[in-house]
Amino acid sequence: MPRKLAFWQGNMAIAMGGIAAGCRFFGGYPITPSSEIAEVMAEELPKINGRFIQMEDEIGGIAATIGASIAGYKAMTATSGPGFSLKQENLGLAYMAEIPIVVIDVMRGGPSTGLPTRVSQQDVMQARWGTHGDHGTIAYAPSSVQECFELTIDAFNMAERFRQPVLVMSDEVIGHMREKVVIPEPGSYPIVDRKRPKVSPDEFVPYLADPADDVPPMASFGDGYRWHVTGLTHNDYGFPTNEPEEIGKKHLRLVRKVERFRDEIVKYDLEQAEDAEILVVSYGCVARSAVRAVREARAKGIRVGHFRPITLWPFPDKELIQAAGQAKKVIVPELNCGQMISEVKIALGCKAEIIPSNLVNGEILRPHEILATIEEVA
Amino acid sequence: MPREEIKPWLRTRFFPHIWCPGCGHGIILHAILRSLVDLGKTREETVIASGIGCSSRMPGYINANTVHTTHGRSLAFATGIKLANPELTVIDVMGDGDCTAIGGNHFIHACRRNIDITAIVMNNNIYGMTGGQASPTTPVGARATTAPYGAIDTPFDICRLAEGAGASYVARATIAQPALCEQYIKKAIQKKGFSVVEIITHCHTQFGRKNKRPNPVDNLIFFKENSIPKAKAKEMTEEEKKGKIVIGEFVDREGLEYTEAYLKLIERVRG
Repeated sequence: MPRKLAFWQGNMAIAMGGIAAGCRFFGGYPITPSSEIAEVMAEELPKINGRFIQMEDEIGGIAATIGASIAGYKAMTATSGPGFSLKQENLGLAYMAEIPIVVIDVMRGGPSTGLPTRVSQQDVMQARWGTHGDHGTIAYAPSSVQECFELTIDAFNMAERFRQPVLVMSDEVIGHMREKVVIPEPGSYPIVDRKRPKVSPDEFVPYLADPADDVPPMASFGDGYRWHVTGLTHNDYGFPTNEPEEIGKKHLRLVRKVERFRDEIVKYDLEQAEDAEILVVSYGCVARSAVRAVREARAKGIRVGHFRPITLWPFPDKELIQAAGQAKKVIVPELNCGQMISEVKIALGCKAEIIPSNLVNGEILRPHEILATIEEVA
Repeated sequence: MPREEIKPWLRTRFFPHIWCPGCGHGIILHAILRSLVDLGKTREETVIASGIGCSSRMPGYINANTVHTTHGRSLAFATGIKLANPELTVIDVMGDGDCTAIGGNHFIHACRRNIDITAIVMNNNIYGMTGGQASPTTPVGARATTAPYGAIDTPFDICRLAEGAGASYVARATIAQPALCEQYIKKAIQKKGFSVVEIITHCHTQFGRKNKRPNPVDNLIFFKENSIPKAKAKEMTEEEKKGKIVIGEFVDREGLEYTEAYLKLIERVRG
């Protein structure tokens, strides 16, 4: 079968990945460096009977997206730094009310308006803890344009499966660079749709979770099931509760539904880690430089490997411990002052020396810079 | 007592409701439900959205598709629901703080977009749920916990705001005129486009106690004595209108409705 090829920007690939996953609604607001995602959606969605709406602000963008999901659509919004901050409250509502949506954050430098056109990786902790309150988080970090396409499909599948928001933490470099993309044939990749209620509307208990996966089936407004959506802590019937037993049950399930299936969610990538004495851990655009640096160091005879978390959350800690093997030194290059390094320290802190390598001047870490760090510690 | 045909629309298992005895919100809830029943709407096709506040707890009591969202944002959620499924009848219930303070941006843009949603704004001039703080409709001079010496900022006229922002239907009544409330709500629901019905109600607990109207009956009498029809208001000077509540229909116009426009766009793009 002839392969379908494209030469896309990362942001374009995210939009097309969303559409390939079944996304038919986009609610958004312009912000650099994510605006191309909205622009592609504005052009493509009407062609396939989808809906695009430019809302009055970032908050409205995610609110409309959640609304569309409640009405039965696979829905997505996209933003960057300041916009991601603005979306946090409604992101929390989607976690609490268990509404599947996909949120893209194309990371730029912060805090505040920061560096609209320059890259960073400063939002990875906000992805985990940005909205107030406990919840399970699923967040992907693409490292290529191909992955922008594929991970956006994964993000929709996980959102639908677990009935919650799923994040794609792209960055300015990945979002704006162009690469070859191999577009898979529709049908050649799995597409997950949310579970629908099997009972009649009269028997429907909206938040009664299936014990097999802790996820309640979801009805859509307009399909005959009447139910209540609220950001208040609620019981199985979806109504606000102050009963400690009901509160605990709901709260723990929100966290557990992701934790239980952590092994199925976690994704990572390894490069020459088998006999590594030094391990480099990086993600997103930095991983591209790091992998090249590792290859160059290997050519020089240094036993170094690379570990790339593809899911930032859940963090692949078990896999990292396994991959680190006997490595005594672990370098963590990041475009922030040290965020994911905390997770690396939690996983490996007792076994290896963890060495940060941070850059926060709006530039990307280049291969020779990471190579220099490897040579320094070797 | 509610009419018999209203009862299936109520989630009575949650009664007694959280509103204070004598609160006006019950009159508005009843007017909304009577309107829906009289228009032959089904519970399955009806969506009631709200934000945060006393009035925003209303959807919990309505046996339809109900969504209780974040403070001020309900119209943005409702916009997503309506655009996704234009067949649904979408009603958004809000308080004055929810609608015109934290939600002011969504409100004016819903008006501008002229999306077929009915906004019912329950204006009691105060933040009731949080304990009586001043809202953007607290009259100048009125006292609130955050305006202990009297409010000094000019309040919004919600109807004029909606008119200026482009709503298709705009009307105002008080809870002292329940039949009028019902009449306006029905017209608002039937109107193709964005409709706003501002209903003046009272919070005797939080506003009344500080402003010499501490019991519900005082407030109803105040509304009756101070409501003036639009036509009469036209003949009055600004000075004479001070402290009065102008009731009536202020806007009733036809305009391009957003979801219809979007569906036409889809047709055009798809050829």
